Amino acid sequence: MTTPRSIIDKIWDQHVVADLGDGRVLLHIDRHMLHEVTSPQAYAGLAAAGRRLRRPDLTFATADHIVSTENGRTDDTVPGGPEMIRALRANAESTGVALFDLGDVRQGIVHVIAPELGIALPGATLVCGDSHTSTVGALGAMAWGIGTSEVEHVMATQTAILRRPPTMRITFTGTRPAGVSAKDMVLKLIATIGTAGATGYGVEYAGPAIRALSMEERMTVCNMSVELGARFGLIAPDAVTFAYLQGRPFAPAGDLWERAVEAWRALASDPGARFDAEIELDVSTLTPQVSWGTSPQDCIGVGDTVPDPECEADPKRRQAMRRALDYIGLEPGTPIRDLPVDMVFIGSCTNSRIEDLRAAAAVLKGRRVAAGLRALVVPGSGQVRRQAEAEGLDRVFTAAGFEWREPGCSMCAGMNADRVPPGKRCVATSNRNFEGRQGPGARTHLASPATAAAAAVAGRIVDVRSLAAHSLEGSA
Amino acid sequence: MPEPIHRITGIAAPLPRANVDTDAIIPKAHLLTIHRSGLGAGLFSEWRFDDDGRERPDFVLNQAPWREAKILLAGENFGCGSSREHAVWSLMDFGIRCVIAPSFASIFHENCQKNGLAAVTLDETALAHLVAVVQAMPAATMTVDIETCRVTAPDGREFPFTMEAARRQALLEGLDEIGASLRHDAAMAAFEARDRAQRPWIHALPTA
Repeated sequence: MTTPRSIIDKIWDQHVVADLGDGRVLLHIDRHMLHEVTSPQAYAGLAAAGRRLRRPDLTFATADHIVSTENGRTDDTVPGGPEMIRALRANAESTGVALFDLGDVRQGIVHVIAPELGIALPGATLVCGDSHTSTVGALGAMAWGIGTSEVEHVMATQTAILRRPPTMRITFTGTRPAGVSAKDMVLKLIATIGTAGATGYGVEYAGPAIRALSMEERMTVCNMSVELGARFGLIAPDAVTFAYLQGRPFAPAGDLWERAVEAWRALASDPGARFDAEIELDVSTLTPQVSWGTSPQDCIGVGDTVPDPECEADPKRRQAMRRALDYIGLEPGTPIRDLPVDMVFIGSCTNSRIEDLRAAAAVLKGRRVAAGLRALVVPGSGQVRRQAEAEGLDRVFTAAGFEWREPGCSMCAGMNADRVPPGKRCVATSNRNFEGRQGPGARTHLASPATAAAAAVAGRIVDVRSLAAHSLEGSA
Repeated sequence: MPEPIHRITGIAAPLPRANVDTDAIIPKAHLLTIHRSGLGAGLFSEWRFDDDGRERPDFVLNQAPWREAKILLAGENFGCGSSREHAVWSLMDFGIRCVIAPSFASIFHENCQKNGLAAVTLDETALAHLVAVVQAMPAATMTVDIETCRVTAPDGREFPFTMEAARRQALLEGLDEIGASLRHDAAMAAFEARDRAQRPWIHALPTA
C-alpha cells in the first residue's frame, strides 16, 4: 500500500527534473505567462548573458498592468508605458512567444486569460511575474508568482528552483447563504487567519462549500491565496473544471482531451493524505464582507462596526490598527454600513470575469449610480467584454452611469491613469487595500462585485441583501 | 549576477513595522521602466517625500545617520504583496545590503536571494533589542556576518541566526543560478522526453 498523497504531492512529484540537495529541486514549468512590467528586465538579462528562451511554445505574453483602459486606446498610456508595451512586443516577436496584444480580443489581465484560453490546465505548473498567479490554481494547477530574476530563470531553463512547501488544507464547510459571494468567503478567511496565516504554504481549498462554487468563483478564492501569504492555492479538478475547459483554444482536444481528463481525475488528494496544517471555516452564517483598514485582513461583516485598537491586546497590532484608521479616516465603533463613498471600481484579476459582471449588473439593473460618484467597470479580458456586450450587460452598466472600459489591471494596480484621488474613498472588487495602492492617499474598501454595485447606487456602503426590500434611490 | 558577500558592517535603520508591502517599498510610479537601475530614488517614496516632493523629516531614512543605512531592521512579514523585484532593486540601489526581520513574505525572500540582498531572520525579542540599541546609539555600526551566521549589535551583543545552506552559499559565492541550472541539461532533456510521453497535452499545444 502506497502512502496517500495530496494533490500538491502528486503535482510536485510529476515535475521534479533534478534534486539539487539541501531540500531543493529543479521543477519543470509547464506554462509561463509574461506581462509588460516584470518581463523587460528578464529579457535584458537573458540577452546580456547570450542565452535563449528555451520553450517559446510554453510561454505566452500580454500587456495588462499599465495599459490604458480608455475606449479607442492606443499604446499611449502613462509616461514610460508605451516603451514597456513596445518592449514586450519586440521581445515576444524576437523569441517566438505568442503575444495577445492590444486590439486582440484575447488580450486581458494575465490571470483572466490564462484559464479563459485554456493555457492553464489541471495538474500543470504555471508561473508568472505577478503575485496573483495563484488565481489559476482554481483549475487544479500549481501556480505561483515569481520575481523578475526567476522569470529569467524560467525563460532560460523552463524550470524553477523550489523547496517543497509545507502544505495546508483549508476546508470550507456548510452552505453559503444567498447574497454571499466567493469573495466574501475568501475575505472572511483572510480576516480569520491573517495575511501571514499561510506564509510559505502550498494550500488546497476543499470542502462542500468549495465544491459548490462555479469555476470563476473558485478563481476568486484562489486569487487571494497570496493575501494569506501562501505560495499557491489550488482546488482539485472535478466535473466543473472539465466542463469549463473543454473546447478552449489551448486546451487539449480529441483523444488528447480524453487522456488528459483521465489523468486529471487522479489528481485529487488521496483519502488520508497528510497536510502540515488544517483549517476549517463554516460559511453557513457568513455575511457580505467589507474591509475597514489597509490590509486585506482588516475585514468585517457589512453589519459590523470598525474595531477599536484599544481593545487589541497585542501592542504591535494595536499600533498597526491605529495607523490604518488614521490613513483610512475612520473612527473605532463606526458602523461600516452607510459610510459614504466617492468611487466604485469593478474589475481586477479577483473579480472581472463574466459572472462578476453579471452579479454587479443584476444589482444595477434599473438603478442609477448616486450623484457625484464615479464608477468604473473594467472587464478582465476582451472576451469577457465581448460576452458582456452580447448579453447586454454593457448597456446595464452605462445606463446606470458606469464607465464601460477596455480590459486591463486598471484601478487595482493603479499603474495606468486609473487612480483614486488622495483622500477619496473607493469600494473596489480588487484584492489589496494597501496604503496608496489605488493612488497616493486613496482609501480602498474591498468587497464583492454585488456589494460594490450596491455601494455605487447608494453612494454609501450598504448590505446588498437589503436591496430587494428597499428602493435605494429614496433612502440616501 | 550578484556580487559575493561575506559580511556587512554599517549603520542599521529601524523600521519595525509589520506587513510592510512591496507597494510601500517601491510605489507604482517608479515601476514604469524597462530598466532595473536607479530605483533607489523611489524607495519608500510615499513615506520619504510629501506631495511636493519634499523629504518628510520624521521618516527614518530621512534622518542622519540612518539615511546612510546599509542594514534595515524590519517587522514581520516584510515584503508582502506584489511580486515586484523592483522592491529589492530599490533597496539595494539606496545602499541597503541586509534586511533583518522576524519573517519575510515568500516571493520577496526569493527575490532577495537572487540579487544578493541578505535577508536575515531573527526573533521578535532579538529584533526589539537591536531596534532599542540603534535608537540609543544611531551612529554605531552593526555587523552581519554571513560566514559565521551572527549579528553583532552596536552594544557588542551577538545574535546567531540560521540560514538555509543554499541561501547562505549563494550570498557567499554570488552564484550564477541560471548557469548552474543549465548544467542540468541532460536531466532536463530526459524529463522532457518522459513527460512528452506521459502528458503530451502539456507539450503539444495548438498554435495561436
